[in-house]
Amino acid sequence: MSRGESATPLGRVRGLGSAQHGGEHWLTERVTSIALLFLGSWLITSLLLLPKLDQRTLSEWLHAPSGAIPMALLVIVGCRHALDGVKVVVDDYVHQEGSRFVWNTLLLFLAVGGGAIALFALARIAFGATA
Amino acid sequence: MADTRSRPLSPHLTIWRWGPHMLVSILHRVTGVGLSFAGLGILAWWLYALSAGSDAYAKFEAALNYQFYRVPLMLIVLIGLTWAFFQHLLSGIRHLAMDSGAAFELGVNKTFAILTVIGSVVLTAGLWFYLLGGVK
Repeated sequence: MSRGESATPLGRVRGLGSAQHGGEHWLTERVTSIALLFLGSWLITSLLLLPKLDQRTLSEWLHAPSGAIPMALLVIVGCRHALDGVKVVVDDYVHQEGSRFVWNTLLLFLAVGGGAIALFALARIAFGATA
Repeated sequence: MADTRSRPLSPHLTIWRWGPHMLVSILHRVTGVGLSFAGLGILAWWLYALSAGSDAYAKFEAALNYQFYRVPLMLIVLIGLTWAFFQHLLSGIRHLAMDSGAAFELGVNKTFAILTVIGSVVLTAGLWFYLLGGVK
């Protein structure tokens, strides 16, 4: 879509929300939400089906690929979806370009850092000796 | 946006009459922020404690059972987070339907908004009744 001088005022602003861009961001948020519909239901169902919720049972559950793989996906997709979602809130309420950059950067670090901690822990359970 | 201070902002919360759709829209945002910080934070903490051996996990369990003047604070947080999860999930499904252009008629929209709230409360109550009510 051309946004040159010849574009009408409506044509120049169409598709630009408060973030000034973001069709891809919008779509990613929807796609990750569909994935989380399945992964979130998986987490709740799995916890309900486990015979006990002590450390031994939980570790064995996440040691097996059938537990570790969906959990890794839940952490990755969950962090991405959280980051995308909170960014919308920041873009709506933080109006200054500079502070918006600072907020979005801090949130990016938090999401990637938190996700890394969770994935490291998960790897330690999955690849470690059985509890 | 600094140079557009005089531009009128879109009408916000104060001038609209409250309705279920408005409540659900705001709940979607609030529960999303809650799940992002508290939900993923506790998930990471839980996985880390689980991976760090039985002493670390015992500390995590002790934190979950922490009581402030006999009020089980962490349990209340967890129940709140499961409610937030179900509310965000159900209103998320509603948003996906609306993204397709469906369910914008006033009556249908209102009905689905109310159903997400009823659904999230029922699911949360059912889950915790099952976990704490001695079914297990």
